Amino acid sequence: MASLIAILDLKGKPLIQRSYRDDVPPSYIERFLPIVLDLEEEGQQVTPCFTREGVNYMHIRHSNLYLLALSKRNTNAAEIILFLHRLVSVLVEYFKELEEESIRDNFVIIYELMDEMMDFGYPQTTESKILQEYITQESYKLEVQVRPPIAVTNAVSWRSEGIRYRKNEVFLDVIESVNLLVNANGNVVRSEILGAVKMKCYLSGMPELRLGLNDKVMFESTGRNARGKAIEMEDVKFHQCVRLSRFENDRTISFIPPDGEFELMSYRLSTPVKPLVWVEAAVEHHKGSRIEYMVKVKAQFKRRSTANNVEIYVPVPDDADTPKFRASTGSVSYVPDKSAFVWKIKQLGGGREFLMRAHFGLPSVRGEHESLDKRAPITVKFEIPYFTVSGIQVRYLKIVEKSGYQALPWVRYITQNGDDYSLRTALEKGSAQIVQSV
Amino acid sequence: MSSFRAPPRKGENFELAADLNSEYKDKRKDAIKRVIANMTVQKDVSGLFPDVLKNMQTDDLEQKKLVYLYLMNYAKTQPELVILAVNTFVKDTDDPNPLVRALAIRTMGCLRAEKIIDYLCDPLQKCLKDDNPYVRKTAALCVAKLYDLKPELVIENGFLEQLRDMIADSNPMVVANTVAALTDIHAAAVAAGVPRDQFPISTDIVNKLLVALNECSEWGRVAILNVLARYTAEDAGESEHICERVVPQFQHANASVVLSAIKVVMIHMRDISSENLSKTLIRKMAPPLVTLLSNPPEVQWVALRNINLLLQKRPDLLSNELRVFFCKYNDPLYVKVEKLDIMVRLASENNVDPLLSELKEYAQEVDVDFVRRSIKAIGQTAIKIDEAAERCVNVLLELIGTRVSYVVQEAVVVMKDIFRKYPSTYEGVIPTLCANLDELDEPEAKASLIWIIGEYAKKIDNADELLGIFVDTFTEESYPVQLQTLTAVVKLYLQKPESSQGLVQKVLNTATKDCDSPDVRDRAYIYWRLLSTDPGAAKAVVLAVRPPITLPRTTVSAVLLEELLGEIPLLASVYHKPAETFVGRGRIGADTVQQKKAELADDRIATQKALQTVAAGQQAENLLDFDDDVQGDGQPSGLAATTILAQTPAAANLLAGTSSNPLDDLVSIFGGANLNSTPAAPAPANGLGGFGFGASPLAPAAPSITPTALSPQPPQQPAQGGQDDLLGLF
Repeated sequence: MASLIAILDLKGKPLIQRSYRDDVPPSYIERFLPIVLDLEEEGQQVTPCFTREGVNYMHIRHSNLYLLALSKRNTNAAEIILFLHRLVSVLVEYFKELEEESIRDNFVIIYELMDEMMDFGYPQTTESKILQEYITQESYKLEVQVRPPIAVTNAVSWRSEGIRYRKNEVFLDVIESVNLLVNANGNVVRSEILGAVKMKCYLSGMPELRLGLNDKVMFESTGRNARGKAIEMEDVKFHQCVRLSRFENDRTISFIPPDGEFELMSYRLSTPVKPLVWVEAAVEHHKGSRIEYMVKVKAQFKRRSTANNVEIYVPVPDDADTPKFRASTGSVSYVPDKSAFVWKIKQLGGGREFLMRAHFGLPSVRGEHESLDKRAPITVKFEIPYFTVSGIQVRYLKIVEKSGYQALPWVRYITQNGDDYSLRTALEKGSAQIVQSV
Repeated sequence: MSSFRAPPRKGENFELAADLNSEYKDKRKDAIKRVIANMTVQKDVSGLFPDVLKNMQTDDLEQKKLVYLYLMNYAKTQPELVILAVNTFVKDTDDPNPLVRALAIRTMGCLRAEKIIDYLCDPLQKCLKDDNPYVRKTAALCVAKLYDLKPELVIENGFLEQLRDMIADSNPMVVANTVAALTDIHAAAVAAGVPRDQFPISTDIVNKLLVALNECSEWGRVAILNVLARYTAEDAGESEHICERVVPQFQHANASVVLSAIKVVMIHMRDISSENLSKTLIRKMAPPLVTLLSNPPEVQWVALRNINLLLQKRPDLLSNELRVFFCKYNDPLYVKVEKLDIMVRLASENNVDPLLSELKEYAQEVDVDFVRRSIKAIGQTAIKIDEAAERCVNVLLELIGTRVSYVVQEAVVVMKDIFRKYPSTYEGVIPTLCANLDELDEPEAKASLIWIIGEYAKKIDNADELLGIFVDTFTEESYPVQLQTLTAVVKLYLQKPESSQGLVQKVLNTATKDCDSPDVRDRAYIYWRLLSTDPGAAKAVVLAVRPPITLPRTTVSAVLLEELLGEIPLLASVYHKPAETFVGRGRIGADTVQQKKAELADDRIATQKALQTVAAGQQAENLLDFDDDVQGDGQPSGLAATTILAQTPAAANLLAGTSSNPLDDLVSIFGGANLNSTPAAPAPANGLGGFGFGASPLAPAAPSITPTALSPQPPQQPAQGGQDDLLGLF
């Protein structure tokens, strides 16, 4: 429950605000940033929720904006913070980008959305697909007055009736993101696979869908022997269209899909993963004159696969200058604002291995924080199509609609880096990295 | 659009008024937009109220919304004029378009003007029975709005009964909003001290909600789960039933649904007797908790705070999941800090090696605050796991080897705690620590090192030289360092009297004559007196055996923990504080707190106790920095009160009888934590007990502090363990 929601610029000035309850006066918005600055000055961390003089401030950051919710009660913090994130994603879908400019230009529609998405501090409809059906930027052009889509209050609140397509098609994307952390001696410290099944659904009417995966738990419960590999998903999350109790009972994934694009499910596996793209760097640091890197990349997956758009970010000291690169493949460039250089390889075949060298100059005079080298890890971005690390497979997608049309499902697999694919394998040669124990 | 942002021209409002009354539709609408634009940038356009009002009756839905928005903002400033809008509102609630009906009833509830409320009841009555569920769901919340303004009206018109009936509505969204409205009313009624339960939950209701739960939107599910959490099950069977029906929600993509479902299960699990079922439930909880960490950082933080609480209740909950809490390089600091705390909680013999190598990595990052916390975590791990202590010490030594100033200082502070826990085990480390003496400039680090030197004075050959350095600069040091130096020198003297006679003389002289802190002076006087009258007694006091320190398993008391677990993921469970400590005294919470005070005296005491526990809990987080202890002594109440108090037998009785004091439990739980916030009366008792006499019980009759009264008594340990802790200083 939120009493007031506001979007603020970085100076703490409200760009737009909406009061849902009377108990917190809008003047409290202006107190938000000073409190944040005070906390920072006192060396305390600024947490997403904090309380001052009986008012609770809950906020998130989105690019150069704060989204702030105020409340006096013992509010459901997770709900409100998530709602703020949802507000961001709805506004982004409406305006492509959410920034000061787009807020100023669209305040009328933002007011409308805020009115529809929350009532008396309780979140209501936050599905942007549905909102777009009755809150549009060109509403005045409509001859007929809009009515609330039945979906807003329907048990199937995510799909409207009467959708028609000439050609009924479903596209399934199985995307696995690999997060992993490798420590300095090359061991994988942490790894996880975050999978997502995304759908693009162009189906008429109210179709019933059933998705079959090579899910180990289901195979075991039905006493069926899987041909080939079955995978064990550690935790599965579903779009609200999936019948959770059905899944709990017999692991069937059955649902009436929303129209268009959406994420059907996500899953997580923490089975150990071998780093698909391995990178290591040898660093020669000559304090006060230059620093040299030798970077090796190795594609540790089967030959028949290829990684596309590989980008390897190797951190360098903030004050490095005059870069010189030599690479056996791809291109290298210096990205000073990230304090790194990036090695881009368009296509990296399975099992292949490449080298590159980099040379930077260093200023001869250094500040007193000399010993404080940032120890940022090497990070990698990549995409491997037609391949999943976990071995997940779509066994079937059954589509039943009362009109009895035939629809074709298309399935695509892809594996890519997650938001944290990092290797602490940039090792300095020679210089004592750390004094060994006494 | 740019014209909306044009700089104010002369008489802008005048122009707007003209446009608002224009004969052209488009011009009027454009003017309304400009008015709203001005309102958004907080220019005062309240003067245009009558002109805007004229545009209320329109078929253009967008225009209607804008006018309504304007009304919501300015209704309070123009209560007289709002009445003019009533007709249109009432008419709109009869509109054939449900969107307009809902909009009218929603806006009327938000106007918050006395005048209009009376006109709200009839349309509301109608809308609650509307054919369209969209209107019904909006009307349901409107009842809660009305209750907030004028509770009598809700009761007189029988809206409450109507809402209760609506729980059986065929539409799940209507059910969800009805439940949200009733919960809101219930909260407001409780806050206002209404004795009757405005939203009693029956088995029947629960069954209806369990059905609706699977069908309604994500936010509706949160509302329903909150109600299920409030329900007290009839028997164990029903609790089991609820848990089983709620568990599928763990698979929901929305983190607040998952956390709310976990709350419901945690609450109803209390009544489940079957050990197996509880275990299954706990096992099912772990994977969704881990997945919460794939959310945006702010949500992660909320999740981590709650996971922390869950772990205090169920330490085995995530025992195999240490690695998922490893910090990512780009995590915001607030996330990293929470992760560190959870990592220490999950530390066990099996996973200590990867944990230590990870913590060592963190200790070499750039963020000073994070580095310090990581080093602290290493120390906590050492204290938690006996078998790993040596490995921890080795890591600390490596870190000291980096010679980065703040790393060394923090490591020294942490080493002091390790010495407390494992006395005489790591003496080999002392030379390395002493070698860094010159690097230390923070009082806490200095005081820690001095404590170590004093403690191991017998084994450090040049202890007198090292302490001599601090004695020479005695008056320039901060008070905690002075107190430590004083104690350490006395310890040295008691162990090696021959070599340090001069030093002790010097420090006592300086401390009693040239020092401006009364605490330092007083302590010096006591030592002097002790040493000169009975060195044996001095030994018994100063060199007494200290009880080992342990890592507190919980940061809040058991009762509070249960309460907080029932409030996942509300703010209380995020702050780890009971709601009473931060809930506003606004219009709802207001007077009620006062009323409650009188009515529920017992509750008050319970609450206060809980608050104290919180305070103590917060102190306990700092248990390991004994800076706290030093300040504990520094409390004027400590010594100043001693002399006066101890002379009256009554006070002495008070001291002897501290075990009957409820605070005693807290004290012993949290060791020497300083109970700053305790009420005045017991505080001196603690101060006195803590101040050195804890080691030998004060004879109730002792009229003054004389060594003879103290010396014959053998050092006493058990009952006053907590207070003895303070002795670590001596």
